[in-house]
Amino acid sequence: MDIKEIMQPENLVYKKPELLNDKNMHYCPGCSHGVVHKLVSEVIADMKMEEKTIGVSPVGCAVFAYNYIDIDWEEAAHGRAPALASAIKRLWPDRLVFTYQGDGDLACIGTAETIHALNRGENITIIFINNAIYGMTGGQMAPTTLLGMKTATCPYGREVALHGYPLKITEVAAQLEGTCYVTRQSVHTVGAINKAKKALRKAFDNSMAGRGASLVEIVSTCNSGWKMSPEKANIWMTENMFPYYQLGDLKDTTVETK
Amino acid sequence: MADQEVTLMKGNEAIAHAAIRCGCDGYFGYPITPQSEVLETLAEQKPWETTGMVVLQAESEVSSINMVYGGAGCGKKVMTSSSSPGVSLMQEGISYLAGAELPCLVVNVSRGGPGLGTIQPSQADYFQSCKGGGHGDYRLIVLAPSSVQEMADFVDLAFELAFKYRNPAMILTDGVIGQMMEKIVLPPFKPRRTEEEIIKQCPWAATGRLKTRKPNVITSLELDPSVMEEINIRLQNKYKVIEEKEVRYEEFMLEDAEYAIVAFGSAARIGKKAIEMARAEGIKVGLLRPITLWPFPTKEVAALGKRVKGILSLEINAGQMVEDIRLAVECKIPVEHYGRLGGIIPAPDEVVDALKRMM
Repeated sequence: MDIKEIMQPENLVYKKPELLNDKNMHYCPGCSHGVVHKLVSEVIADMKMEEKTIGVSPVGCAVFAYNYIDIDWEEAAHGRAPALASAIKRLWPDRLVFTYQGDGDLACIGTAETIHALNRGENITIIFINNAIYGMTGGQMAPTTLLGMKTATCPYGREVALHGYPLKITEVAAQLEGTCYVTRQSVHTVGAINKAKKALRKAFDNSMAGRGASLVEIVSTCNSGWKMSPEKANIWMTENMFPYYQLGDLKDTTVETK
Repeated sequence: MADQEVTLMKGNEAIAHAAIRCGCDGYFGYPITPQSEVLETLAEQKPWETTGMVVLQAESEVSSINMVYGGAGCGKKVMTSSSSPGVSLMQEGISYLAGAELPCLVVNVSRGGPGLGTIQPSQADYFQSCKGGGHGDYRLIVLAPSSVQEMADFVDLAFELAFKYRNPAMILTDGVIGQMMEKIVLPPFKPRRTEEEIIKQCPWAATGRLKTRKPNVITSLELDPSVMEEINIRLQNKYKVIEEKEVRYEEFMLEDAEYAIVAFGSAARIGKKAIEMARAEGIKVGLLRPITLWPFPTKEVAALGKRVKGILSLEINAGQMVEDIRLAVECKIPVEHYGRLGGIIPAPDEVVDALKRMM
């Protein structure tokens, strides 16, 4: 059968979201970012907020998120995305405003901005990609790097005496009065992807309903940084990351949304 | 006239009132002496109930300046204020604002340093303001008010220039002007721009991507060095235009002057008193006051250098602007510096003595 015969509208079972453009992504094959980008694009379109969304991209691998999702973006200095988002949302209250940040950006250099934006109850969503490593700079230790995990700056494995403990910042966020929804998800299986999409939708709905700050952590793989095949990285994440960073809602004070 | 309200207030309070009146959309700040009255006055005035202006106390100056970045990037007229140590913390954000070509206003009510220094006034942040306190080849438009009236007037002027050139602007003042009370006429009210006006005036801003256009991305990042060089060249060309068109200065008793004092901000006020005293002794001296510290009035100082026998750079610092004066006159005449440090304000008679030493 010819490919043109197959590519008919009636045969369409899956489509790339329209907000996700055709540029070649710089992300490594197997990286979780592509899946999360797709989900963000789908949720914005589902909410019909394409013309009213302002994203804030971080410094880290997702710095170029603005190259792939066709909405308006502001690219923040390292760690400062929640400060930008706080101001944007207060100045354009009817816009959907979210940040997209990695673990180094959010839980290390930007801890103050993260905690205070959440604690003020800013009507924003923070999407937190936790892959326990600095991907863009070449695999250094992150605040969320697990004990024993080897990185370029803890080549013999992370140890408490030298490096302290992996930071569970999402648990911290759940303690803050300003947060209405704090959840930890992943995108390593179809089921997990569907759950993560629902979580993003709930968070974005909260932002638009003025319920306060939402944080959606996505426990992710960095197969390049972890020096594993994508498949092995998923297994390693399941066996090592999930016991420490347990999936599920940590806090949900909101009413059920569709 | 209803708008011509003569009132008595501090320089810091004037900044706050002028911000509300010029249609400012947002202020983001953090307390620090000697500028805290800016945020305090805004909190007291509650402009969010009248003009709709957002006022937010941030968790740090780092956050304040990044809130300003966020607000400026979505087309809003936003500002912050701080004092020297806080402005040092803001330098990363200021560099990003300059790199992303975002209009905004940063007010530095400066104090003595280095380090935590003192809460007393100083002009020691001239280098930081005019020579690029953050990383990269960039410039700020720097205005130096010399009175409480100018504190109020320069808020609107700074925003006008910032939006005209899509460049951050700074008001560099000090604890003298920030804290002293003077009679001023508050500027008339200008309404805040509507959302439609903002989208029209700032077609580059991240306001939500309409289907009729491509996405707007506010960024200073470019990994291709050839493209990044082009961006830098474009910035430098913009700075050249600002240097040609936006120099502002004041001349005082220079018509018959044989000597000149060059001083800005609070030091210019001391300079004027010193000139009165020196002229009473028969010394023909006048003053040139740069109002824009960047762009520096280089041509005007060069021309002055051809008319006078010597220039005294009066600064409340260890000698910073004096370098720009010497460059302007190409060291063809004596250019001396006089200043006090650590929060000490020079007295006019000290300045007359310094003038005599130069003669």
